Amino acid sequence: MLPHERIGDAIARANKEGRTGLVPFITAGYPDPAEFIRTLKAVAAAGDVVELGVPFSDPMADGMTIQRSSFVAIENGVTLRWIFDQLDAAGGKIETPLVMMSYLNPLLSFGYENLAKRARETGVCAFIVPDLPLEESDDIRAALEAEGIGLIQLVTPATPDARLRLLAGASRGFLYAVTITGITGGDAGLPADLASYLDKVASLSNLPVCAGFGIRTAEDVVNVGKHVAGAIVGSALVEVLERGEDPAAFLKSLR
Amino acid sequence: MTAVLDADEASALLDASIAGTLPDKRGRFGPFGGRYVPETLVPAFERLEQGIARYLHTDEFQAEFKSELKNWVGRPTALTFAPRLSARWGAEVWLKREDLAHTGAHKINNAIGQALLAKRLGAKKIIAETGAGQHGVAAAAACARVGLPCRVYMGAVDIKRQAPNVDRMLRLGAEVFPVESGDKTLRAAIDEALREWVTDPANTYYLIGSAVGAHPYPYLVRELQSVIGREAREQMISMAGGLPDVAFACVGGGSNAIGLFYPLLGDRDIQLIGVEAGGTGDGLGQNAATLATGTPGVLQGSYSIILQDENGNVQETHSISAGLDYSGVGPEHAFLQAVGRVTYVSASDSEALAALEELCELEGILTALETAHAYAAAKKWAKDNPGKRILIGNSGRGDKDMPTLTQYPVRTNANAAS
Repeated sequence: MLPHERIGDAIARANKEGRTGLVPFITAGYPDPAEFIRTLKAVAAAGDVVELGVPFSDPMADGMTIQRSSFVAIENGVTLRWIFDQLDAAGGKIETPLVMMSYLNPLLSFGYENLAKRARETGVCAFIVPDLPLEESDDIRAALEAEGIGLIQLVTPATPDARLRLLAGASRGFLYAVTITGITGGDAGLPADLASYLDKVASLSNLPVCAGFGIRTAEDVVNVGKHVAGAIVGSALVEVLERGEDPAAFLKSLR
Repeated sequence: MTAVLDADEASALLDASIAGTLPDKRGRFGPFGGRYVPETLVPAFERLEQGIARYLHTDEFQAEFKSELKNWVGRPTALTFAPRLSARWGAEVWLKREDLAHTGAHKINNAIGQALLAKRLGAKKIIAETGAGQHGVAAAAACARVGLPCRVYMGAVDIKRQAPNVDRMLRLGAEVFPVESGDKTLRAAIDEALREWVTDPANTYYLIGSAVGAHPYPYLVRELQSVIGREAREQMISMAGGLPDVAFACVGGGSNAIGLFYPLLGDRDIQLIGVEAGGTGDGLGQNAATLATGTPGVLQGSYSIILQDENGNVQETHSISAGLDYSGVGPEHAFLQAVGRVTYVSASDSEALAALEELCELEGILTALETAHAYAAAKKWAKDNPGKRILIGNSGRGDKDMPTLTQYPVRTNANAAS
């Protein structure tokens, strides 16, 4: 099985158990770099796939929560290189497939071939790059695919149907359905017409669809789970970490 | 993506640029440019691109744009000979007076052009970022002119140092939102404007203030600002009796510089020099000399030269002038540097302040701190190249800089002292 195929497999297993696949997001090394692997293991034990955020100086698609966590992590010396080294040190003890979320520039700076190689070595199965539209992604996609690593595509309520089909076809791992027209961490609640949008995305995708942005409660997870295979929980979990609470307990409450 | 060009590639790309075929269909100036935006904004960028193709170069749009430039902005702006500065420098110095344009800087050319476009695209509201506040003021004025609400994002640091412009924006009917995240200057303001745009892409028009960002913005801003260079070229021929040997413009994002330089690219005998902010020194974080010290990367929508650390995090900058205090630069400037058509140098905070004083004293013009950087570099060049005809893009006036300038004592009778 290719690394990116492990993602769909893990979500399918959750669905088989009658659960919505749970994809928790944490900013790597936040709030305390020394606790990173411990936090990651706790989150990985409660999630089906884990999304690891690489902090960046200009997180333009993120709201205040993830911005704050990114700036703190950068201050504390968290870098892409450091994250890979920490995952090495964890020595393959994390069986949950990992997905890395990073803006493009840190990846560009790291070098795409090296990125794909380090991802494969450390159990990172795919990347989500929020400022990289499909049209600009040929170089990085080729480098990642050479190592079996996926590039997950995002679709949004603003995406026209023809483009949605194109993105669904190009995605690897899962297809990321952004629930709202906006940035991460919104507290306006999920939109009223979410069901028909998610049903449409699911019907156009051969991959499992995971919904993200604005999913904060067990009720939200149940709601999106009626339409798609998985739910991504980001800002709400980062807030739990920010308050110094137990991430595993929070994630269990969502299952 | 590689930013290194061999000589043949560079020469062919420069020819293409002069022939007017850049950016290409993918928004590239050679390797630079492109469109790196969140998926939510992709349809909005496609609409903008289609809108530009449909309206920008039509007779109807151009007639309205030119009429607004003439009757509302006050164009053409003057070309001023600077006799006393010329005598001091041992050169023949001409100034393209964008400070005389409505609202006091070149920014208004772009603002009114994009506001007219936004109206045609059916936008319900306009958002804009601003650094020095000149673009914020220009956007506020242009929005009032076309009757659209305007929301301006401005870094908290800049709000403090450009207070007069904040008051002007408010009086012109704009809402001003202080940005407390990131570096609290222009870069954070752009990030915040993009976030606002992502929440309502269908009804919002993002009126970007410089030749930066994702395609088609660098192209659009260049097209709207090129009026500067076209006018200057004609005025030089009719008033100075010929083209200049060299032209200088300050570069932050680079809109006034591309506006001045683009129509002069084909006049290959004219040396073109862009001047960035040298700040207080050469160290990372002490300046905003992006092209001189930066490396290729993707920031805020395009592949260009940026100031970044070894992990790809964008570095904070320092400049006495808010309008140059930016970690990136427009992709077309990165391109013009790579193909060798434009040289980019820097001037320090103190050199800019001295140049500002000298221009006040000798020509009775209080120029913007941003613009003063161009004078500082031109003065040095004149010393090494005596007797040449120099054109300087006087991009804006310095009234907005009074809160900064009052921190420095007035050197009375500086003329006699020097």
